[in-house]
Amino acid sequence: MRILLSVGLSGLMAAPSLAADMEISIEIPKLDVAEYHKPYVAVWLEGPDKKVAANLAVWYDVANPKQEGDKWLKDLRQWWRRAGRELKVPADGLTSATRAPGSHTIKFDNASSALKDLASGQYELIVEAAREVGGREVLRIPLQWPPKDGTSLNAKGEHELGTVAVNVKP
Amino acid sequence: MKSVIRAAAVLTLSAVVPFAAHAHKAWLLPSSTVLSGKDDIAVTVDAAASNDLFYFDHRPLRLESLVVTGPDGAKVEAENKSTGKFRSSFDLPLKAPGTYRVSLVMDGAFARYKEDGQEKRWRGRAENIAKEIPASATDLVVTQNVRRIETFVTSGSPDDAALKPTGVGLELEPVTHPNDLVEKSEAEFKLVLDGKPAPGVKVEIVRGGIRYRNQLGETTVTTDDNGVFKYTWPEAGMYWIEANVSDDKTTIKDAKERRAGYSATFEVLPE
Repeated sequence: MRILLSVGLSGLMAAPSLAADMEISIEIPKLDVAEYHKPYVAVWLEGPDKKVAANLAVWYDVANPKQEGDKWLKDLRQWWRRAGRELKVPADGLTSATRAPGSHTIKFDNASSALKDLASGQYELIVEAAREVGGREVLRIPLQWPPKDGTSLNAKGEHELGTVAVNVKP
Repeated sequence: MKSVIRAAAVLTLSAVVPFAAHAHKAWLLPSSTVLSGKDDIAVTVDAAASNDLFYFDHRPLRLESLVVTGPDGAKVEAENKSTGKFRSSFDLPLKAPGTYRVSLVMDGAFARYKEDGQEKRWRGRAENIAKEIPASATDLVVTQNVRRIETFVTSGSPDDAALKPTGVGLELEPVTHPNDLVEKSEAEFKLVLDGKPAPGVKVEIVRGGIRYRNQLGETTVTTDDNGVFKYTWPEAGMYWIEANVSDDKTTIKDAKERRAGYSATFEVLPE
């Protein structure tokens, strides 16, 4: 009887209690175009219900001299519809400046504010990039959180994103 | 007995009759429908009637009947109104976040009559009927014409305070928010006539960009018993919808028939 009870209780413990790390690397491709602006990028985790489970990063023109960098946040269409329009920006630990072409790494663990309340389950990591006078691209990588084993997953963009890789380890 | 039933059926039918309006398509076209940012957020809206959507090549719509409802339900003033040869235009500052309902609300009349045996047509405001139609007119038939032409824009998060029907004429009561429309996903709207569900009304749906394709590609859907219609947007773009009904609920003394029309412009975004 006591065993059954403890099983029942652990089933209710949704938040992960073990250590887990997530390292995401996002490649911004170097583009040979007449007018280049560094892309806006949003990174988030989506649950099976298609709702945003965790906002991980938003790179936009935070330091725009006329303070109008947030005017184009809507161009990150999916992120804007699912999360952005409900958020106040800039937001500590979430928003930062746009990045130059090259690979950029962001790291989280299960103590990070974005992930500490995330229930165990299947998610999709979504990276969306939108560039002024350019295009838009969305990449999705399914992953399990917290991870059972160390895994490296990646997806390759064709237009506005290069390789997006995510390394998770318990 | 049979004839009584038939008479009843005819009466029910005549209560609300859909009809096709053979006229140019009237539309409002906003520069954006989904906006982000905090300061100096605004849209410019064009208003015109034309055959091809959304090209202003026929005539402008007058802006006297412009009503803009803000996110708090209060009226918002448009700026820089102008009317040119082919289109009217105005700016709309979106000072507060939320959804704005932009409407041209027309309540007028048209009439047919005979004067000295000649067939005449008249169109104008109801209060001018007595003034402008001669007392000697015979065979006078007056029809009330209530029309609403709309579009919607949202700054920040969509809300619905501006979307409440006024209860006059044919209106759209969104189930899916009109600024939350995505290609290949289904949207659901309710048509209401004087605030009550309007069942069995045909709604024509056309995507913009007509000039650059050979077929109109229009779709007609019909509202169900609750006045609801559903549509899955085949692709992203600006869409125009229109519905028309006619009944006898006129508020003009001389009119026996009321026509109520509704048209709206929606932007459908890529996934």
